[in-house]
Amino acid sequence: MTGLVDTRTPNPKNFFPGDDHDWELVIGLEVHAQVTSNAKLFSGASTEFGNEQNANVSLVDAAMPGMLPVINEACVRQAVKTGLGLNAQINNRSVFDRKNYFYPDLPQGYQISQLYHPIVGEGVVTIQVGPDKQGQFESVEIGIERLHLEQDAGKSMHDQHPTMSFVDLNRSGVALMEIVSKPDIRSIDEAKAYITKLRSILRYLGTCDGNMDQGSMRADVNVSVRKPGGEFGTRCEIKNVNSIRFMGQAIDYEARRQIDILEEGGTIDQETRLFDPNKGETRSMRSKEEAHDYRYFPDPDLLPLEFDDAYVDQIRAELPELPDAKRIRFMDEGLSEYDASILVSDKSIADFFEKVVEGRDAKVSANWVINDLLGALNKAGKSLEESPVSATQLGGIINLIKDGTISGKIAKDLFEIVWNEGGDPAKIVDERGMAQVTDTGAIEAAVDEIIAANPDKVQQAIEKPNMIGWFVGQVMKATGGKANPQAVNELLRKKING
Amino acid sequence: MTDLTKLTIAQLRDGYKAKEFTSVEATQAYVDAIDAHNAAFNAYIAVTPDIALKQAAAADAKIASDNAGKLEGIPVGIKDLYSTRGVHTQACSHILDGFKPRYEATVTQNMFDDGAVMLGKLNMDEFAMGSSNETSYYGAVTNPWKREGERTDNGTALVPGGSSGGSAAAVAAHLCAGATASDTGGSIRQPAAFTGTVGMKPTYGRCSRFGMVAFASSLDQAGPISRDVRDAAIMLGSMASADPRDTTCADLPVPDYEAAIGKSIKGMRVGIPSEYRLDGMPDEIEQLWEQGKAMLRDAGAEIVDISLPHTKYALPAYYIVAPAEASSNLARYDGVKYGLRVDGKNIEEMYENTRAAGFGEEVKRRILIGTYVLSAGFYDAYYTRAQKVRTLIKRDFELCFDAGVDCILTPATPSAAFAIGDKEMAADPVKMYLNDVFTVTVNMAGLPGIAVPAGLDNQGLPLGLQLIGRPFEEETLFQAGSVIEAAAGHFLPEKWW
Repeated sequence: MTGLVDTRTPNPKNFFPGDDHDWELVIGLEVHAQVTSNAKLFSGASTEFGNEQNANVSLVDAAMPGMLPVINEACVRQAVKTGLGLNAQINNRSVFDRKNYFYPDLPQGYQISQLYHPIVGEGVVTIQVGPDKQGQFESVEIGIERLHLEQDAGKSMHDQHPTMSFVDLNRSGVALMEIVSKPDIRSIDEAKAYITKLRSILRYLGTCDGNMDQGSMRADVNVSVRKPGGEFGTRCEIKNVNSIRFMGQAIDYEARRQIDILEEGGTIDQETRLFDPNKGETRSMRSKEEAHDYRYFPDPDLLPLEFDDAYVDQIRAELPELPDAKRIRFMDEGLSEYDASILVSDKSIADFFEKVVEGRDAKVSANWVINDLLGALNKAGKSLEESPVSATQLGGIINLIKDGTISGKIAKDLFEIVWNEGGDPAKIVDERGMAQVTDTGAIEAAVDEIIAANPDKVQQAIEKPNMIGWFVGQVMKATGGKANPQAVNELLRKKING
Repeated sequence: MTDLTKLTIAQLRDGYKAKEFTSVEATQAYVDAIDAHNAAFNAYIAVTPDIALKQAAAADAKIASDNAGKLEGIPVGIKDLYSTRGVHTQACSHILDGFKPRYEATVTQNMFDDGAVMLGKLNMDEFAMGSSNETSYYGAVTNPWKREGERTDNGTALVPGGSSGGSAAAVAAHLCAGATASDTGGSIRQPAAFTGTVGMKPTYGRCSRFGMVAFASSLDQAGPISRDVRDAAIMLGSMASADPRDTTCADLPVPDYEAAIGKSIKGMRVGIPSEYRLDGMPDEIEQLWEQGKAMLRDAGAEIVDISLPHTKYALPAYYIVAPAEASSNLARYDGVKYGLRVDGKNIEEMYENTRAAGFGEEVKRRILIGTYVLSAGFYDAYYTRAQKVRTLIKRDFELCFDAGVDCILTPATPSAAFAIGDKEMAADPVKMYLNDVFTVTVNMAGLPGIAVPAGLDNQGLPLGLQLIGRPFEEETLFQAGSVIEAAAGHFLPEKWW
């Protein structure tokens, strides 16, 4: 572990108010991300989620006598890929260590991890915090201390039997990446932005599905408070926080708890705490004195993990475009930082947008995706994967506006029809007669009729050109909204003003 | 008809081929011998006559169709440390009570694929921790050798050495044609020396550890105990293999070890390390060593004095590294998944009760030592330093080999077999550990070593010499070992049972 370095300038907007002075939060996150792989880290057992209890267990996972771990190369590749995505140092030689402790869901009596020589060293993640009221984002660099590979444990179940606990080993031995940040985070918003960004990077890379509700990603949160810019305070570690919302609550509670203690003249005990989402509070799990002595030592069953630069280069060549690069490209293509940030925040949104924007205007496409589609999804409580409107359908709607078949207003109706009923937008417009009327003859008849019926309004409009809007409205009403507004406008001006 | 249990593996093989007798006949002879005499030695802790006779019948069919494997129809005993599918596998520990694996160790699978016949599981020190076979949950093993003038049922019972005491005793008492053994600090070579048999510990990584109950993973290595050097070569040729299920196993082809037997050693440079001359070493060990030198010199080898300066640190370093690994390897025996469980009012108490009842004293001692040396604050002083010592020991050997030494000759043990229940040994575990003073260096350096019987002490007990070779050059050891064997002759215990 390198010494703690403060890389940040205190920012008053992040401060917690105190009795005598403000307080600044210092946060570091240890994120456990389950590696996306078909088999476990050291056994051939499946990693499929949701299988029957103890269905995904090999002899190695169950720690049968004489069984030996064999590294799954696919997991190594994923870790290297993730390291590259975090702009981090890749270590061509790393070593697996045993972390020894007794627990029923740890069949070997030790977890194979990497303490002294991790596969990935220091890196950096840039987060966008905001937008603020002016729509501005703040870019903040959060340092990565390391990433190492380790085995997950199984699950103890205490509610299956009156006097016994049961153990499910399906997760036992599944590959995890522990991604440790430096203590560079200074607010709850930053912490949320960091974990969101990290999850986004992992999903772009395809190295972790990031599903916190399934436990594929969970965080240990280290929190301390200090006088702004002062010495680092004593930290407490909040274990196994499994949603971004809970993380915010846990940090908020923990910061206030620590501030209260300090303001009353107390001191913070370094300890491990648990967050109780029901009560919204953290409580002590074990103190520093009660901490386990894990007796780490190099696992003699495994040779050091070694690969050459060519291996890393090959993985580097396969890297997809990551969110930062994509955001900059979208901005180059004419999108605002706000729109670009939203679109790249989630790989599935970015992919969807890229399909929609193919051959279409970036700004228009972004508006439809963000305001209409994401808005509607949000309102319906649906994810993008569940969207009733596909990228092709949305693209079709935009095409119909672009070529003047429908007006923007009709397009909103069309969107709703597609949302509710599905179908090809062009066909719907055709079948339901939604195309705007560009036949000047038909529009002219409507215009003439209205002018004839409202001579006083015509007089007013001559004096006050804005009044023409009233006539447009009337014509649109008479044509069921299908008249091309531009054509209506032109005709009215010609006829009223001569 | 000849007593088939008297024949070596090579003789059985040749007899099968010549249709002089069948594997079923030989196997039945062993089954009968075990039935009649195992009680005198306690060498087998589980016998599998049904499996043996079935395998023998299958072997006879293969022999008849001229399709015999390397060990076709050869009745062998298997150390209880090897996982054998559906058969007792407990490393002679109480904590693995009732454990029968659903899988087969790579080494035994290799042997069965080559036609070997399994007579049963052999006694050993619990988890291979011991040098006398007295730590076994199944009781001590009696050495077929007794001191001159004591060769009766009532004569002082001697240990066969350990941890592969059951293997050595069974081979010496002709209760199997050959046996698998394992060696972490001398557990093949010391019992071989104590019983007048040949014990071969190959290079670390030559045999797969898959399915072997682990003691100290960086030191454990499978190998045979046999009647003679040729049989050891035949057995190792079957036991050794590459194995993708053990990443520390070498991906190297297995040579024809038997071809090395009887090859001239003219011009071979044999090193004699001065550091192996211990204070207070019995004269007869010294004499035996001199005789060994003469045997090799007479056969054309060049004897050279060498120095292995870090030798004296090997045993202390070994007793840090091996227990450290063991303390972690044995954590899985917790009463949760298999084997013994002694209930308690909560999980911690269940662990404590189970491990207190399930492990013997020596195993507990080593778990405690290992836990201590890996503890925060002690790790660097013990474990890290021991690993550095290990590197230096390895380098000592490398320098000698680089200087042109082909193999190294040393005594195998500092004494002959001692009595079961020896008070001095029982009172001081370190005295017991000293049994391995000549053998642990080889494990620490990952080298191959062979113990070959070379003479008798003044009480009529066998003594062995050890040859140490370059990594993966087991052939040199078979070559030189067969020269010592040819010069020294064979040593059979006088039958008292």
